[in-house]
Amino acid sequence: MLKKIAIIIITTLTLTMNVNAASDEDLILKKNNPAEIEDCSKGFNRVSFSLNQGLDKAIFKPVASLYRKLPSAVKSGTSNVLDNLSNLVTIPNNILQGEFRKAGVNTGRFVINTTIGILGLADIAEGMGFSKYEKEDYGQSLALAGVGPGCYLVIPVLGPSTARDTISSIATFIGGDAWYNVSIKNDTQYFNDLDYYSSKAASGVDFRAKNYDSIENLEKNSLDFYASVKSLYLQDRKQKILNSTKIIDTQNDGDWEEFE
Amino acid sequence: MIKKVLFFSLIFFTITTKLIAIEPDVFVQSTVNRASKLLSEDLSKDQKIEELKLIAKDTVDIKGIGFYTLGSKRKTLNDDQKSKYSQLFEQYFLKSFSSRLAEYSNPEINVYSKEKLNENYTIVNSILKATDERPEIKIDWRIYTKIADKPLIRDLIIEGLSLARTQKEEFNSVLQSNDGDISALFKTLEEFVK
Repeated sequence: MLKKIAIIIITTLTLTMNVNAASDEDLILKKNNPAEIEDCSKGFNRVSFSLNQGLDKAIFKPVASLYRKLPSAVKSGTSNVLDNLSNLVTIPNNILQGEFRKAGVNTGRFVINTTIGILGLADIAEGMGFSKYEKEDYGQSLALAGVGPGCYLVIPVLGPSTARDTISSIATFIGGDAWYNVSIKNDTQYFNDLDYYSSKAASGVDFRAKNYDSIENLEKNSLDFYASVKSLYLQDRKQKILNSTKIIDTQNDGDWEEFE
Repeated sequence: MIKKVLFFSLIFFTITTKLIAIEPDVFVQSTVNRASKLLSEDLSKDQKIEELKLIAKDTVDIKGIGFYTLGSKRKTLNDDQKSKYSQLFEQYFLKSFSSRLAEYSNPEINVYSKEKLNENYTIVNSILKATDERPEIKIDWRIYTKIADKPLIRDLIIEGLSLARTQKEEFNSVLQSNDGDISALFKTLEEFVK
């Protein structure tokens, strides 16, 4: 009995210490440094990337182009509804990351925007002085718990990711996303599968439309578009994990020294 | 007498040098104003591209960015290769930079703060104002300030994403796909600038 207790205590302590050590910002920064993340399945990823480019040209780009022509109020309303829905993943992740204050603020934001803001169409909470909304997901929570990103992946249809972020999306299917639970997992009679998949497709179109010119420009001016997208995705992911837009970390002064 | 002349000359040069030092935020705002004014003028796209190239040559450390982009590979190049690379990179950079900017009709960029990292670098923060088609964009400028009267742009960091770093990883990918062969990179650059 005592032996068992001792083993459990030692295991718990070891795990806790690992998590504490890994939660150190420098370590997380190092683990998620784009240059350190390996492209283990480059062949598969490039094929998948080409497939996604084809889908983009055939579907997302034309739809995003039409979407851009809609009145600003429609576009910002759609964007607000999607942001509001994403709170349902952000809030549990705020809690997982120990950010209880943020969880409270985001819960308040969700309640206000869903009710007074008519299902999130208007961001009333922002007007009331709520802090800027920062999305969180299970991949970010795992990263902050010290889990490394693993290999870089390009998922067909869904786009760039990492092994950790892909695995973390399982959380959605096991109850981690309330929007998935009420629309697909459980028959609530109010929402159905189509609502969920439409919201995901709308998110893709909204993102594509917001970055329409940037993506066109990047593709046109890249020597290797695949490598550019990979670099930008991993830089963006690192920032989101650290919740930081500190540009000082994005470039090492030492890289320039030789020709100063 | 000579001592006095020397003394006053020294003071004069010290004062003059200090007077002509350009603050990085002023430098960025004046550069974007120049570009913005040009883009709003009634010129053809080709004319705008040529003018933008002149602004870039004047304000961007193209050679420095080029060697940064090449990463550790630069250590293995001989002088001829370095010279060829610098030449090709400049053409690549100017074409890529000007054609990206020429798409904008009248970008409004406002500089709002700066952060001095050290004697060599200052980060200047700015905002590209939103339009009907895209949201507001945060742009930070990495300014090389070692020569006080001639600050130079070394990187643009858009919403926290470094363009120089992206370019470096892109060039590295081209090299890796060709077993580190620099002539393959030259060929890719030559095709791009055609």
